[in-house]
Amino acid sequence: MIQTSFVSKTIADLKPSGIRRFFDLAVNMEGVVSLGVGEPDFVTSWNVREAAILSLEEGRTSYTANAGLIELRQEIASYMKKRFAVSYQPDSQIIVTVGGSQAIDIALRAILNPGEEVLVVEPCFVAYSPLVTLAGGVAKTIQTVRENEFKLTAAELEEAITPNTKAIIMCSPNNPTGTQLRKEELIEIAKVIQKHNLVVISDEIYAELAYDDDFTSVAAIDGMMDRTILINGFSKGFAMTGWRLGFVCAPKDITEAMLKIHQYTMMCASTVAQYAALEALRNGMNDVEEMRKSYRQRRNYIVKSFNEIGLDCHIPGGAFYAFPSIERTGLSSQEFAEKLLFEEKVAVVPGNVFGESGEGHIRCSYASSLEQLQEAIKRMSRFVEKYK
Amino acid sequence: MHLTEKELEILQIIEQNSRIDFNDLAKMVDAEESEIADTVQKLEDMNVIVRYATIINWAKVDTYHGLTAMIDVKVTPKRGVGFNEVAQRIYRFNEVESVYLMSGAYDLSVVVKGQSMNEVAQFVSDKLSTLDSVISTTTHFILKKYKHDGTIFEPINEEDKRIVVSP
Repeated sequence: MIQTSFVSKTIADLKPSGIRRFFDLAVNMEGVVSLGVGEPDFVTSWNVREAAILSLEEGRTSYTANAGLIELRQEIASYMKKRFAVSYQPDSQIIVTVGGSQAIDIALRAILNPGEEVLVVEPCFVAYSPLVTLAGGVAKTIQTVRENEFKLTAAELEEAITPNTKAIIMCSPNNPTGTQLRKEELIEIAKVIQKHNLVVISDEIYAELAYDDDFTSVAAIDGMMDRTILINGFSKGFAMTGWRLGFVCAPKDITEAMLKIHQYTMMCASTVAQYAALEALRNGMNDVEEMRKSYRQRRNYIVKSFNEIGLDCHIPGGAFYAFPSIERTGLSSQEFAEKLLFEEKVAVVPGNVFGESGEGHIRCSYASSLEQLQEAIKRMSRFVEKYK
Repeated sequence: MHLTEKELEILQIIEQNSRIDFNDLAKMVDAEESEIADTVQKLEDMNVIVRYATIINWAKVDTYHGLTAMIDVKVTPKRGVGFNEVAQRIYRFNEVESVYLMSGAYDLSVVVKGQSMNEVAQFVSDKLSTLDSVISTTTHFILKKYKHDGTIFEPINEEDKRIVVSP
């Protein structure tokens, strides 16, 4: 008998996320210190949670406009203008989405014709390439290098472009490397993007978590507004991952196209989460500042400690990840992460799950208490000593 | 006095945890360990850092019977010395934990610690209200401390609820 499956070939061929495997290994283990968590260790501020509770008490439980509450879009517009110097129309250029991930999904689906290529700059968030595939495009990766702190260069970009290239997805500050592109660097990249008439999907979800240089939005670069789909949200900067609330800002025609997909597939983002986000934007900026300060201290601590114990690590300008090299141990990133978990009970994510250029590295989230970080460093120091 | 950003950052960190290792603190604020030691020494000398204290939840200690009262005190300020003189007279008593000059309906907020309600009552009637400048006192006993100096005494559900590995 011929074995058949009801599952589509596209999905069957889709590679499962390498992170899932580590989750399965670590989840039932006792006494694990985890540097594997890709979300803030702060609980959402009480005033934000309280606003959500109030919205429920008031019975705000119906749908909102497809694009989201207009008050929220207005707040987003003024926030983006004030904070990142980019102007978007609340009624025609902003959609409130279910997290940044959904925003990336509708962005890709809105722009791609079958077979068109999208450049994905690796190492990067695990969802980009699969989302390109699901949108009918072809993901083509660009491998950035450690020598350049995993920064995309204009030359690397130029080389990857083909006549079939439609768009590029980039993320700064980056998950997993923490690398942040400076304004001058963005300007060089923008020139190539304009020359080849590409669209940029700029994942700026970590924009609030920039520690050394001011964050520059891709859309704020001269001539980029009309070809940028800007993704941002509340998960990271406002510590609201579980609320699943993001937003996307784009030129009018693309926003309209994305809204078509959004209204058929999602209707609107969760109403209670939207009321929470409204409060976050209106009265939450002090908390964001406090959290940023705290991450920055922990970043300084962990990067210095890694370099001390023999794991070479560049200074990540943003997000809450350090991406040290494990080369000296001679282990592959998978081996390192697995042995470290079993021998010292420290969970990290092997760099190769974020793309082949992530090999030789591990992603360590420092969104944990100082005590946890100290313990992790102690254990990892012992581990590295054994293998170097 | 004017403090640098880094000095402020150091103060904020040791205010939360005065026992932090200087080596760790140095890493956190991107400084040399010796720089931290010098800065802390300087801040101690300037009396910016006044004392290193511990927050203790005495309610958990069975044999502890102390209690705390907050007393609103109305006083007549004196020419030339304002409220300072009477504040001084009050804070010299060992029973007095803290004295603040307040805006609003009364002038001084005095926190008094005692072994019993009687003891506190006696202090108020014998010592405090008999001071020349004191016009009136209103005593409030603290029944339970939930949060003190930014610290919640019995936090509920504080464990890390995040999944152990995520993208």
